[in-house]
Amino acid sequence: MSAPTQALALGVGNLLWADEGFGVRCVEALAAEYEAPENLTIADGGTQGLYLVDLLREHDPVVIFDAVDFGDAPGTLRVVENDDIPAFVAGKKMSLHQAGLQDVIACAKLLGDCAQNMLLVGVQPVELEDYGGSLRPAVRDRIPDALAVAVEYFESQGLMLRKRSTPVASSVITPGLDLERYEAHRPDAQQACRIGDARVLNRTART
Amino acid sequence: MSMQTPNGFNLDDSGRRVVVDPITRIEGHLRIEVNVDDDNVIRNAVSTGTMWRGLEVILKGRDPRDAWAFTQRICGVCTGTHALTSVRAVEDALNIQIPENANTIRNIMQLALQVHDHLVHFYHLHALDWVDVVSALSADPKATSELAQSISPWAKSSPGYYRDLQTRLKKFVESGQLGLFRNGYWGHPAYKLPAEANLMATAHYLEALDFQKEIKKIHTVFGGKNPHPNWLVGGVPCPINVSDTGAVGAINIERLALVKQIIDQSILFAEQVYLPDLVAIASFYKDWTYGGGLSSTNVLSYGDIPEHANDYSASNLLLPRGAIIGGNLNEVHEVDQRDAEEIQEFVAHSWYRYDDESVGLHPWDGVTEPNYELGPNHKGTKTHIEALDESAKYSWIKSPRWRGHAMEVGPLSRYIIGYAQGNPEFKEPVDKLLTDLNLPVTALFSTLGRTAARGLECVWAAHKMSYFYDKLIANIRAGDLATANTERWDPSSWPTDVKGVGFTEAPRGALGHWVHIKDTKIENYQCVVPTTWNAGPRDLEGNIGAYEASLMDTPMADPEQPLEILRTIHSFDPCLACSTHVMSPDGEEVADVSVR
Repeated sequence: MSAPTQALALGVGNLLWADEGFGVRCVEALAAEYEAPENLTIADGGTQGLYLVDLLREHDPVVIFDAVDFGDAPGTLRVVENDDIPAFVAGKKMSLHQAGLQDVIACAKLLGDCAQNMLLVGVQPVELEDYGGSLRPAVRDRIPDALAVAVEYFESQGLMLRKRSTPVASSVITPGLDLERYEAHRPDAQQACRIGDARVLNRTART
Repeated sequence: MSMQTPNGFNLDDSGRRVVVDPITRIEGHLRIEVNVDDDNVIRNAVSTGTMWRGLEVILKGRDPRDAWAFTQRICGVCTGTHALTSVRAVEDALNIQIPENANTIRNIMQLALQVHDHLVHFYHLHALDWVDVVSALSADPKATSELAQSISPWAKSSPGYYRDLQTRLKKFVESGQLGLFRNGYWGHPAYKLPAEANLMATAHYLEALDFQKEIKKIHTVFGGKNPHPNWLVGGVPCPINVSDTGAVGAINIERLALVKQIIDQSILFAEQVYLPDLVAIASFYKDWTYGGGLSSTNVLSYGDIPEHANDYSASNLLLPRGAIIGGNLNEVHEVDQRDAEEIQEFVAHSWYRYDDESVGLHPWDGVTEPNYELGPNHKGTKTHIEALDESAKYSWIKSPRWRGHAMEVGPLSRYIIGYAQGNPEFKEPVDKLLTDLNLPVTALFSTLGRTAARGLECVWAAHKMSYFYDKLIANIRAGDLATANTERWDPSSWPTDVKGVGFTEAPRGALGHWVHIKDTKIENYQCVVPTTWNAGPRDLEGNIGAYEASLMDTPMADPEQPLEILRTIHSFDPCLACSTHVMSPDGEEVADVSVR
C-alpha cells in the first residue's frame, strides 16, 4: 500500500427505528470500547444518504455497519467485501430521502475516487417497525461480533485498535441519543401510543 | 363521478386509475393515485402518506434540551433545520435570549443548508425528470462545449472536458455492475432536451455531487462535527477564539477563512452553473406549463433568517413571512403560529381519531391517535391496497389548514409572497428570469416555477451567507465573542408549565415545532412539517391539498410511465421519513406503477 490514508468506520441507519439503529450503535460502541489510532475516523452517518458520498471518497479503508436485508435469519451477521457490496443509482424515486447506501457507493464510484478497500458488516434485522424503540436482543448481541470483524479487518489493513480496559463515554453519538439514555427515557406504551400502520405491522409479522 | 371542490378544482374519478407507489421496505411512504380521462389527462388526484411517524410518541417525557437531537433524526436530509426549529421552540417556551453571534451563526448554517439542499435536490433528484442521461451519451462534445460557453463563463466547459466525461459515463453505464440511473424513464417522449444539453446537465450533476461536500464543511466548522452537527438550546455550541490556540472545536481565524472560501465558491457555483442550467433547461420546456396547483391562489410562508437575534416578527425576517389567499397578491396576511384560529390540523381524511373531527386542532392541542380504516369503495385489502377510497380516510398525513385554507409552502411560496410585498430581493430576480425566458408572470405558477424559485433562492441564500459572514466578523472585531446564553440551562430555573413555538423556512417550506413543557419534561411535541402542508389529504369540505391540486389537468404521454407525475411531485422536494435505506442485495425496483 502507498502512504497510509485516513481510515473510516461508518455506522448508517436510523436509530429511531429499532434494529435500523444497528450501524449507528456499532460505531457508538466502537468509540467507547476501543482506542482508535489517529488515522481512523469513526462516524455516525445516520440516514444522510447522498451526503455521505464524500466520506467514502476521503477515506480508505472503510468499514460500514448497517442493517442489511439479505434474506437471512434475523440476527444473522453478514460480511461483504468490495465489489460484492451492491452499488447502483436508482432512478424512479419519490424523494431524495430514499437514497440508500447503494446510491452512495455508486456515486462515489462514478466520481472515480471511491475507497478501494471496503467492508460491509451487516445484520439481518429482527424488528424495524417500532418507532422510538431500540435494538432487539438478537441484533444487539451481534455488536461485539461486528466490532471484532471490523477490528480484524482494520488490522489486516495495518491499523491497530486496542480494546480499552474500561469503556469510555462514546464521542461519536450525540449526547441524549446514546443507547443508555435513549432506552431509559423512552415513554411507556400507555403514555405514548406505539401502534402504527397496520400494513407495516403486518409486514413485520410476515418476515 | 364529477364534482367541484370548494378550492376550485373539477374532480372526475370515472376514468382509469393510475397508482404510483414507491416500493420500499416499509411499503413506500408517499403514494399517488390519479384518474385519467380518455386523453390521459389527470382528472382526479389523491396524495397519501403511507407511513405513520409521530414524534410526540418518542419525545413525550424526555428532556426538552435533548429534543433537537431526536428531531434531527426524523429525516436524514433536513437534519439541521429540524434541530434549529427545535431549539427555537424550547427557547421560546423558556424565554431564553440568544446572543447576536449565535443568531448570525445559525443563519449561516441554515442558509448553507438551503444552498446545499437546493443544489442536491435539483441535480440529483429533479434534473433527471428533465434531463435524459442516456441521450447524453450521443451528444457531440464540441457542440456541448459551445452551448455551455454560450450561457455561462464557468471554466469547465472545453470540448476535451465533455469528451472525457462522456467517455467516463459510457464506461460507467457499460460496466453493468453499477447500472447507472437504473429504472429511469429514459427515452420517454416528455424529454425535450437536445443531447448536448443533456450532456452538459449530466456533467453538472457530477460537479454538483463533488462540490456539495464543500458546503457541508460550514456545518462542521460551526457544529463541531459532521454528519449531525451539534446544536444548543441558548445559542450555538462553538466558542469563538480568534487566537489560534483555542480550545478544540473553537472557531478561529483559520476556520473562518475556510467558511469564507466556501461561501464564495457557493456563490460562483449557484450563479455560473445552477442558474444558467435552469434557464437553459426551462427554455426547452416553456410549453410544459402544468403543475401550478395552489400556487396561484393560496401560499404560506413563516419567514426566516432573523436579521437580529430574538426577534421573529415579519419586519426582522429576511425571508418573507405571510399568507396569500385567493390569488389576491395585493394583500399579504399576517401569520401568527400562536393563534389557535390560524394553524389547525384536520383528520377527516387522515388515519387519526379526534373526539370531534369536524374541527381542527391547533398544534399545541394536537392529538395523534391512530385510526386506520379504509372507505367502503377501496379496492384490495387493508394490508394490500390496490386503490384508495378518497371519500373516507386515506392518509397518515393530517390536513393542516391556515384559517381553513389549504396552502402551498416552499421556495415558490416564499418568492410569490416576496414578490407580492414588492421586495426587490425577490421581485427583481423573478422579473429578470421571466424576461430572459420571455414568459409572463403567470408562468411562475407551475412545476417549472417551483423549480425556478428554488434555483433563485439558492443564489439568494449563497449571497446572504456572505452577508452574515461579514456581520459575524464585524461583531467579533468589535469584541463580542458570546455564542451561548446558559443562564437558564438548569431545569430548576424553569417555570413548571410553559408552551413554545419555533419555526423556520426549511428548504422545502414552512416548518413549525410546538412544544409543551411540564415539570421540566416534554408533555407534548408536535411538528407540522412542510410536506404535511403540501402532501396532506382533502379536508372535511373537500378542499384538495397542494400535491393533489398540482397534478390536476396534466396530460400524460403514457400512464404506464408516469414521468409527469414524478416531475411535479419532485418539484416540491418531498420529505418523507428516512428509515428505508436498508439494503437488499439486488437493485430492487423503486417505484411500482399500476394502471387499472
